[in-house]
Order: sequence, then structure tokens, then C-alpha cells
Amino acid sequence: MRNKRLLVRSLIIASWAAILFLPFKGIRGAAELFLVIAAGIPVFHFLQRGMVLPKHFRSVVSFLRPFFIPVFLIAALAVPFLAGDYYLDVLIMCGIYILLALGLNVIVGFAGLLNLGFAAFYAIGAYIYGLLNTKLGIGFWPCLPVSAAGTACAGLLVAVPALRLRGDYLAIVTLGFGEILRLVLNNWDSVTNGPNGISGIAPPQLAGISLGNLKYFYYLVLAIVLLSVFVIRRVERSRTGRAWIALRENEIAASSIGINVTRYKLYAFAFGSFWAGIAGILFAAKMRFISPESFTFAESVLILSMVILGGTGNIYGAIAGAFLLVLLPEVLREVQLYRMLILGIGLVLLMIFKPEGLLGKNLRKIRQPVED
Amino acid sequence: MLFQQVINGLTLGSVYAIIALGYTMVYGILELINFAHGEIYMLGAYLGIIFLGIFTTMGLTAYSLPLAVFLTVVLAIFFCSAYGFTMEKVAYKPLRNAPRLSPLISAIGVSIFLQNYVMITQGATDRVFPYRFGEKHLHFMNAEVTWLQGSIIAVSAILMISLHMFQKTRMGKAMRATAQDKTMAALVGINVDSIISLTFVIGAGLAAVAGVMVASYYGLVNHFIGYVAGIKAFTAAVLGGIGSIPGAMLGGIILGLIESTGAAYISSEYKDAYAFVILIIILLIKPSGILGRHTEEKV
Repeated sequence: MRNKRLLVRSLIIASWAAILFLPFKGIRGAAELFLVIAAGIPVFHFLQRGMVLPKHFRSVVSFLRPFFIPVFLIAALAVPFLAGDYYLDVLIMCGIYILLALGLNVIVGFAGLLNLGFAAFYAIGAYIYGLLNTKLGIGFWPCLPVSAAGTACAGLLVAVPALRLRGDYLAIVTLGFGEILRLVLNNWDSVTNGPNGISGIAPPQLAGISLGNLKYFYYLVLAIVLLSVFVIRRVERSRTGRAWIALRENEIAASSIGINVTRYKLYAFAFGSFWAGIAGILFAAKMRFISPESFTFAESVLILSMVILGGTGNIYGAIAGAFLLVLLPEVLREVQLYRMLILGIGLVLLMIFKPEGLLGKNLRKIRQPVED
Repeated sequence: MLFQQVINGLTLGSVYAIIALGYTMVYGILELINFAHGEIYMLGAYLGIIFLGIFTTMGLTAYSLPLAVFLTVVLAIFFCSAYGFTMEKVAYKPLRNAPRLSPLISAIGVSIFLQNYVMITQGATDRVFPYRFGEKHLHFMNAEVTWLQGSIIAVSAILMISLHMFQKTRMGKAMRATAQDKTMAALVGINVDSIISLTFVIGAGLAAVAGVMVASYYGLVNHFIGYVAGIKAFTAAVLGGIGSIPGAMLGGIILGLIESTGAAYISSEYKDAYAFVILIIILLIKPSGILGRHTEEKV
């Protein structure tokens, strides 16, 4: 009886899917899809019934937890001796995205402010270094604080007017800012060289050695990532961090216990953008070429997906999300054409089965929203 | 010259308005920015090309163009509504009680999926609309209005008026009640789930019409158009006051007018930026949008 119902259901779902894809795949493609789904659902169902999570899974995980960070650190330090340039290249990009995800996590995860234009701050950091270096010949190290501080100021500049707005309006203003900045970078040819971008950016130098070598650059990125994790963790547990979380959970309650809501929101924006600036300068120094192409809305969405995928508000979640979303397309390079397709399906499935993200706490249990 | 730009802007604006309606209706009920809505519009444009292409090879277009176009639009509406319905059931419904950002990511996932799906099945290059509507036009106060522009504006107006009338029907009332308060709506016997489905179906149907119209207007379609149109339509919805249906219409038309006049008189390079500049200014003056109601947060 139950099996019969399952069969009928899978037939209905399969024919519905076949109808949906009919105009794009033609009759043959739709028929194939029908067969795959009609056969796939019962198979999946039986597999799922047969599969039970090992009983001791949880205790094994908690036993391994203290070893996780040291092992990870040793592995990270040893990578350049074991891996080729391709892997270093990918890992450096991972590091840059980790910085971005950590920065956005401060704004979205800690303070609960949705920012859909984060790539703009990344762009500011990159362009500050690109312009200062190619036009005035200023080196990497003096530019690093300038880029970071400049981006933090840009964050403040956007946040001051935007913070009068709530929730989704804030999101759309940040989105608008991102698009405007990209258009300016694209069209202000005399300064930014438009869509052709800035090329010939110098790699960083340290004690007379060029860090352009991937190995050295990898260690530079690793050092900055570790520093950022340390600093952000400290800030998260400080008075400021606790104020952010109070703010995220309930703005009115937070202001009623004396938290200056606007001020802490500004801090969040500035502090989050600061890391985007650092990621930007690293990106410019690594690529030695930047163009508006790298800082699109899709990039903002990618960074946001990293934060939410890993678990909003969780530093390690943001790191895991960044790793996953940088590595996944590389792993799927074999199926180049389909990798974005798979990524899309993956995001949906993950949200359905684990809406709080991979490493997120189950907020639903803690947080009972007031019914409006 | 100015009047010409106004006509161009109205054409563009009414398309934005129709797409914006889908955003605003979904937002009104679920408080969800349906990122994949732009992709439904893109699918509509592709469906228009596919079906009109089929009708042309069948000879129906030569036999009776209006019939072919009508059937194309109907089929596009049918399939897009089906996509909208399925999207809600698969990607959003399981997330009703999830943290607020989860459905957003799910929507982004759907959007990435649809974009790449179309790219894979239809190719990454531009597709051409199989029929060029003539350049015959009317002279109207120094401006030239092509028949196509006239019909786009007329169809959009009809759709908006019918949606407005729909709001007064029994189902429309149920929809508005659901938007106000889902729990109370359920208590008075409204089937909230089917109302939400209906919202997605209507929004997707409107987007399909917009897609077919734009495909015939520009003649070229690629798999990225949904993203740009989606952002702009969402901007239009916020501009008018998100959640408000007349607001979305107004916002879309204002956005279209700003874009075409700005492109003509200031600089066409920054065409896409005007929308956002105006949006930011309006939000700073009146954060709830032009026609949006200001809602106080309850403790």
C-alpha cells in the first residue's frame, strides 16, 4: 500500500518535471528526465530508509574537536611544501574569500544587517592599492593600512545614510551602492581605465624579497587570515560584539538596555568593510590586474552565500563556507558546464535540509520571534 | 525629443512595473525578496522565442500572426506559472519557518540554477526573436510611437487594471488578508498555502508576459537578462513602496522614465546608475517608498 502510494507520487512528480522542462529539452529530453526521476525517487527512498547514522557519530566528533585546529594549522603551514602552484593559487583565493566572508559575517552575521553590495568594498580596497601603486608608485605595505582604513571609511560613508533604513531597504541601498560604484569604475576612464582595468600592479616586497612568488604570497595570506580570525574572535567576545548580537536578536530590546543602536551598527559596517579592504589589496597584489569585472553583484552574492552557507554569525562557518564555495567549482572543473548548475541546486538543497547553515546553531529553538 | 523619450520610458517602465508586481506581491505575503523572479521573466522571453519559432516553422505565423502571438503568450504564461508554482513548492515552502536569510539563499540558488540551465540548453550566445515587428509607427505630438511600443504599453495597462480588479474579488481579498496577517487569515478559513501558491503563479504569469514583450521589443535575448531586469524591477518595487501593488506600478513607470530621459539628456553610460541614485534619494527622504505605508515595529 505504502509502496504503491510512493510509486504514484514519484510518477506524478516525474511527469510534472517532464512538462516543466519540455520547452527547453524537447520531447526526448523530457522523456529521459521522466524516466530518471520516476526511477530515482523510489530508489532514493529505499536507500534513505536503509541508511542510519552511526550511533557513535556524535561522540567521535566531540572527541576529535580539540585536535581539529592544531591539525588544520599544521596542514596549512605545510601545504606549500607538498602542493603545486595550482593548489597554492586556489588556496590563496580561498584565503582572500575567507577574509571577505569574515568581514561580511561581522555585518550580516553579528549585527544582522543585510548587505548586498559587499563586493563594492572589496573593489575599493583593490582600487586604492591599484591606483596608489601604478600612479604614485607607493608600495604594498604603506598601502595596506590606507586601503583598509579607506574601505572602512567608505563603509561608514554608506552606512550613515543607510542606517536610517531597516532590513530589506538597507539591503537594496547597499546593492545600489555596489552597482553605482561598479558603473563609476567602468566609465571613469581617465582614472580607473574603465573596463580595461588597471594592470602592472606590483607584488608586495618584504626585506628586499618580492612576495610575488606564490609560496611567499601564500604565507602572507595565511598570516593575515589567522590574524583576522584572532582579532574578529576577540571583538566578537568583547562588549562591542555582544552589543552587535543583542542588536541582531532584537533591536528594540537592545536599545532599551542602553545600547546605542546607530553607533554599533556603524562600528559593524566599518569593521566588516575593513576586512574587505584588506581582501581587496591582497587580491590586487596577487592578480596584479584589476577590473570592474571582478566586483559584480554576483560576487557580493557569492560572499553572502559563503556566510549563510557556513552558518550566519559563526566565524568557523564563514571560513567553511568560503572554502566550500571556492573549492567546489574547482573540484567540479571536470564538469565545467554543469558546475554552476550543481552549485545552484546544492544551495537550495542545503537550505532545505539545514537552513541554519553547515555550522550554524539551530536558531529556531533559541529564538522565538514575536508573532506580528 | 522629450516626448519621444517619455514614450520610450513608458514602454520600458511598464515592463519594469509588470515584473515589479511579482516582487511586491511575494514580498507582501512572505517578506521574501524572490531573487529568482527575474529568471522567470528570462524564461518567459526564451519561451516566447521557442514557441513563436515552432509556430513559424509550422506555418501558423504566416497564416495568422495575431493567433500565433496569442498562443505563444498563453503558452509562455502557462509554463512560467508552472515554474513559479514549482519554485515555491520546492525552494521556499520548506523554509517558511527558517531563519530569514535562508529563503534568500535558496532563491539565489534557484536563480543560479535557472540561469545556467538555460545557458546549457539554449547556448550561451544571444537568441534572436523569430519575428521582426514592422517599424510602422504613429505620429503623436512630435513623437514616433511604433505599434509594438503602443501594444506593450496597452497590454501592461490592461494587466495592471485587471490585477487591480482582481484585488477586489473574493480571492483577491483573501490574498490581501494573508499579506496582512497569515495567522488571522488562516483562522478565518483562508487556505494560506494555496494563496501563497496563487501569488507565485500570478507573479510568474505577469513576468512571462513581460518577457515575451521585451524579447519582441529588443529582438535579442540572452540568459543574463533576468538578472538586470530583476534588480531594476526590485528597485522599482522598493521605490514605489514594497508590498504595495499600485506602488510597484508607479515605481516601474518612474524608473523607466528616469532611465530613458537620463540616458538621453545626461549620459547613456550611467543609464543603469540613475535608477539606484534616485532610489537611494527617495529612500532617504521617505524610507517606506512612495506609496508604502510606514509600519511601526511592534514590541
